[in-house]
Order: sequence, then structure tokens, then C-alpha cells
Amino acid sequence: MMCAAIDLFREEDMASYSTSEFKGGLKIMLDGDPCSIIENEFVKPGKGQAFNRVKIRNLKTGRVLEKTFKSGESVEAADVHETDMQYLYADGEFWYFMDPDTFEQVSADKAAVGESIKWLKEQDLCTVTLWNGAPIIVEPPKFVVLTITDTDPGLKGDTSGSGGKPATLETGAVVRVPLFVQIGEAIKVDTRSAEYVSRAKED
Amino acid sequence: MTEKPDWRPSASLEMIRARASLLARIRDFFRQAGVLEVETPVCSRFGVTDPAIESLTTRYTGPTAPQGCDLYLQTSPEFPMKRLLAAGSGPIYQICRVFRDGELGRRHHPEFSLLEWYRPGFDHHALMDEVASLINRLTQAPLTVEKFSYHEAFDRYLQIDPHTASLEQLRDCAVEREVAGAGELIMDSRDAWLDLLLSHLIEPHLGETGMTFLYDYPASQAALAKVRDGTPPVAERFELYLSGMEIANGFHELLDAGEQRRRFLDDNRRRAATGLPQIPMDEALLDALASGMPACAGVALGIDRLLMFLTGCNDIRKLLAFDITKA
Repeated sequence: MMCAAIDLFREEDMASYSTSEFKGGLKIMLDGDPCSIIENEFVKPGKGQAFNRVKIRNLKTGRVLEKTFKSGESVEAADVHETDMQYLYADGEFWYFMDPDTFEQVSADKAAVGESIKWLKEQDLCTVTLWNGAPIIVEPPKFVVLTITDTDPGLKGDTSGSGGKPATLETGAVVRVPLFVQIGEAIKVDTRSAEYVSRAKED
Repeated sequence: MTEKPDWRPSASLEMIRARASLLARIRDFFRQAGVLEVETPVCSRFGVTDPAIESLTTRYTGPTAPQGCDLYLQTSPEFPMKRLLAAGSGPIYQICRVFRDGELGRRHHPEFSLLEWYRPGFDHHALMDEVASLINRLTQAPLTVEKFSYHEAFDRYLQIDPHTASLEQLRDCAVEREVAGAGELIMDSRDAWLDLLLSHLIEPHLGETGMTFLYDYPASQAALAKVRDGTPPVAERFELYLSGMEIANGFHELLDAGEQRRRFLDDNRRRAATGLPQIPMDEALLDALASGMPACAGVALGIDRLLMFLTGCNDIRKLLAFDITKA
């Protein structure tokens, strides 16, 4: 850590990557936004100028774009990293997260939280992408346990799991659940597919 | 590359067999055509001056060089093969490994196999015909052959004249045709913009259904080809494309030693201007040209890329026994 800090003072220029360092996952700055390289293709006529044709995801907007660089060019590095943080609470404008090791807190705006809003439960550990220390992407845990606040009574005794009905969860998310699951029960949901996995007690 | 490499091959055994069979069929073709197989040094005191190509280097220490001397690994066997032609070899071919620094991707590898051959008495059109007959000997069914001049290709796909358009017009064309990021590229040579247009907008259309040859390149891209006077003057150079991929590059060869020396010097001047190292030009080649090399055409064909085409493989690394990360 000390060395990194000293380097920061010594290096006048911002960190940068040359095109020969390009690879999937590398974080670079493009038009003022942090981006992640998805694909990098080296394009070169046998006797001519070499290019790097890259597919990039803008981490703020999620949009995927293409861009061609002249090989050998340098691009500013983006200070982006992912870390696990505990979701604390929301105040209507911001969602607050805490680093469980340092207890440091950050606030994420609606754009950063995005679709994850519907899975956020206090105390859950989320993956937060930080850019210059501020959250730009919040990913919920792959599986969350949430209580059903509303659903049709359905048929008692139906344990086949076939059919199903919509259920509203404590966070506001709506998922399809089997007929036998009732209001007040806690269920396990896969946040990637928004699908019911099981009753929480069955784990 | 600091990690311990996986010992297993990059290529499947099927691919390794396909390569062996391809090499055997190429040798059959040239044996029947009466072209002599030769071998020339991989390492040379001289390098290639072309600013678009970087050589790898190695070092020899021993008899004749007790203090050691730096040697360039060949980027193609062109120079020594031309010395053989000047010595009266007649038609020759070679299959060899060549090396290029900095090139790695789906279609590039720093070490790859080249087939290079020379035909005294041929011009670039006659040699294109021979390239086509070789390719058709290697494919399951014969491919159609189309030929466009460099000018025709730009006119057909971009409606722009590659010989007369200004740098700004070439840049505008790239921006209008939505080459991503073209507007922010800083390139002060027309040829770099032509390369961008060709590689991004034209190449994907070339060799879509058969073989496509491009020929008569801008004189500024002559490399080692003869320039034919005219309006504009053009370099008697050609390339073969298959499935949007550059496979071969050939020349109606430059014979004039004085002109060759001027091009080498110009290459080194352009290297100096962009901060690239100076490369000692091949004085032995210049002497050979001065002593009289027979008029000829020559071509270099990428064997790995041809194998990619023949097997439908989309990554050169999957057909090398061991790619550079495993070497």
C-alpha cells in the first residue's frame, strides 16, 4: 500500500495501458466513462498499419460499443474494482453500502443500483463496482432469501410444483412460485433468472 | 507467460495431421511444376526495414564472431531467395518459419509458416494464375477466381478513388461508414487511412464466395514490387483473399538496385520519424540486384491462414502444435 501511494505522488501522468496490454476484462477510460474490454481483435495488413478493434462495455450505461485504436496507442486506465459490500439501507435518494472489513460506507445512486433494487435486502452482501471509490454497479447476491408479502392462497396440498402463481416479495420483486407457497413464507430466489428455487426452510 | 504452461498441444491431433497433408500436397504441386525447393538462413545480419514490420533478434557468439553479433530472425525469406535467383537458381520455393514481433491475434502469431516462391519470366498476373491453380489443387472443389485492381475494390465498395483522395476525404469516408472511433484516430499518412478502410470495410467482402485477388497497389505501398508508370503510377503487387482473410502477398519484383536502396533508406527515414529502431539494410541483396536478377514474380503465402480456411478454424492458435503461451 505504501509503495502504491508513493507511486501516485511520483507519477505525474495517469496510469495507462498500451494496446498490446488489451484483453478481456481490462478497465479503461473512454470519452470520460469507465469501460471494460469484452473482446480485443488485432487487425493488420501484412504490410501496413496495425489496429486493435475492440468491443467495450460502458460500465455506467451498460451499453456495448466498438472502437478501433491504432496499435501502440495508449489509453487511460480506469480506476475500477469490484468489492463485496453489505447493503445497509436506503433513504429514498441513495442506497448505502458498507465494507465489512473497514466499515467504510459508500452511497449508490439509482443509476448504479439499477435493476438490482428489487433484490436488495438489508444486511445482504452485494458485489459493488467502484470507480474512483464511488459505486457505479451494484449486483445482488446470486441467491437471496425473501419473505412473500402477497400471493393468492392457491391450493393447499399441491406439492407438485407444477403450474404456479405470482408472488410479491418484501422488496417489491414479483416471482412465480409453486401453488403451495403462502404469504409470510421465506423463499430462496435466483436473482440472475428471477426464479424461485425453494422454500428457505428446505435448505 | 510467467505461469507454468500447460504441456498439452494447442492444436488437435486432427489439425496436426491436416497440416502434414497440406504440406505434402504443396510439395507435390511444386515438384510437378518443376520448381526447386530451397532452404535459406533463418538468422541474418540484415533485417527488414519496412516500418510496418518488426523483427525479433537473437545473438550468435563463436567462430567468426568471438565478441558476438546480433542477428535478425527472418520476417520472410525474400532477400536470400532473391540472391539465389541472381545466382541462376531458376524457379524456387521454400516452406519456412518466419517471425514478427508484436503480432498476436486470431489471424496473427509471432512465429508462423510461410510458403514463398519465385517464378522467373512471370509477371504478377501470371503468378496470380499459378496461385489460383495451387489453391484449387488444395480445396475439395475448385473455387471461382475474381480479380480487382486496388482502385476497382475501393470504387466498388466505398465509391472513393484510393489514388487521388486526400487524407481528409479518406478520414471522412471512414467516419461516414461508421468505422468505430475513426473520428478520433490520429494518423498523418494516407496509407494508414487506406489500410483502415481496406481492413475494416473492404476485406470482409473479399473472397466471400471464392478467391479474390487485389492487384496494382498505390505506388506508396510498393514494398519490393516494381512500379509501373502511368496515371497514376501503380505498384505491380497483389494479394489473395479467402473468406475476408489476407492469404498471400506477391510482387512483380523490383530489379533496380538503385531504386531498392532508395526504398530501404526511405523506410529507415520513416522509422526514425516515428521513433522506431534503424535496421541495417541488406547490402548482399543490393549487390545481387546490381549483378542482375532475372525478371520474375514472387509471392509469400501464409500456410497457417490457408489451413484456417481449409479446415474452417477461426483461430490460428488452434492449429499450431504449441502457441506462444505454451512455447
